[in-house]
Amino acid sequence: MAMEREKLKSVIESLLLVSEAILNLDRLSAVIEGVEKKEILSAIEDLQSEYETQERGIRLVEVGGGYQLRTPKANSDWIRTLFRSKAARMSKPTLETLAIVAYKQPITRGEIEHIRGVSVDGIIGTLLARQWVRIVGRKDVPGKPFLYGTTREFLELFNLKDLTGLPTLKEMEEITQPQIPEQNTLPAEESKVDSNETSNQ
Amino acid sequence: MPMHVQLEAYEGPLDLLLHLIKKNEVSIADIPIALITQQYLETLEVMRGLNLDLAGEFLIMASTLIHIKSRMLLPPEEGEEDEDEWGDQREELIRRLLEYQRYKEASEDLAKRELLNRDVFTRSSEATPEFESDGFVKLSLFDLMAAFQRVLERLPEPEIHQVTVEEISVREKMSFILAMLHRKTKVVFQSLFEDASSRMQLVVTFLALLELIKMRAVSVTQEERMGPIVVEAVTSLDDMEEKLAGEGTGEENGHGA
Repeated sequence: MAMEREKLKSVIESLLLVSEAILNLDRLSAVIEGVEKKEILSAIEDLQSEYETQERGIRLVEVGGGYQLRTPKANSDWIRTLFRSKAARMSKPTLETLAIVAYKQPITRGEIEHIRGVSVDGIIGTLLARQWVRIVGRKDVPGKPFLYGTTREFLELFNLKDLTGLPTLKEMEEITQPQIPEQNTLPAEESKVDSNETSNQ
Repeated sequence: MPMHVQLEAYEGPLDLLLHLIKKNEVSIADIPIALITQQYLETLEVMRGLNLDLAGEFLIMASTLIHIKSRMLLPPEEGEEDEDEWGDQREELIRRLLEYQRYKEASEDLAKRELLNRDVFTRSSEATPEFESDGFVKLSLFDLMAAFQRVLERLPEPEIHQVTVEEISVREKMSFILAMLHRKTKVVFQSLFEDASSRMQLVVTFLALLELIKMRAVSVTQEERMGPIVVEAVTSLDDMEEKLAGEGTGEENGHGA
């Protein structure tokens, strides 16, 4: 079923509005039958620039492998007032631990502690509970410790399309593009983990 | 002193070293071991004096520093195989500091991004706000301890030996600080200690301040490096008094002076 440009934009806007989760292109394309992905993408771009140029109260952002409607930063004060937000703060140790996991994943707790020079026991628990990190496998060393990696929620939190969007780590070009490991770490990937380890030392 | 304050897993020995390196305006690569070791041990003394939970990692680092320092002072022994051992230890320390610094900076970069539920919001935001409006604490525990150390240094030595047991509770001091902030909204760090006449009172005041920071009742900021440290109330006095009464914070932490 063919669809007019303006209608297509309107439909996409509605779908994004009602979705709490991120919608990726596949999902959008499955819902809007008969319209090419190329057209959907171009309609998304139109919406993005319209919100931007008209200084609207919403933005269409590409984040965590899909699309989501968000508010612009400039309006954050009003939103916090609305929510009467008296929220917990993310502590420096939490943030540092999260950064280490993000750049060095998959990584064990022991390896994180070696970098930070101090225990991260409670912090890992918090990060798991917030679903910003998850267990992605076990390292093939004595004790078979868990390996941790970041999640899609992590990408959402920091407004990242994918891990390649992480700020570049200074003087460490070799690890600027970490990949999200699969849930079941395969033996082949285990060996990749080991070689990464050695190259970083 | 039976008081015992447990801080959240704050910062570790590497943080303390980076703090000292920055304070002395030296570079990590040319870390002056003797000077840094001395200041590191002094800070540990202050922490111990406050009964702050000293993670074992702090002591391990202390022994590493002392070891490196002592090896630097001794002439290499005749025919010693691993003449470079202390050099290696120093290299290893520098490597660790550099690596840690890198992730610290990366985490600061991440914090500057548009964070969900702090800067930007989605439909599902309402239930889960995660951030305070003004983001991150600007002063580290070590900055505060350095300021406290300066306060302690200014206290004259007592001329007579004190035998009276002073009854000051951390809780009382917390209320005192809150009341002061209620009148003035903002005060300079040093002014909190003006009325204190003994070392004990200074320590209790400092512990009370740490408790309030931990409870997010006050914030400490510094507009410029080496500038005055400003203490500011972040919740209303009524809210805080209520919270103090309700939770009895400070009491379970072992006040019993």
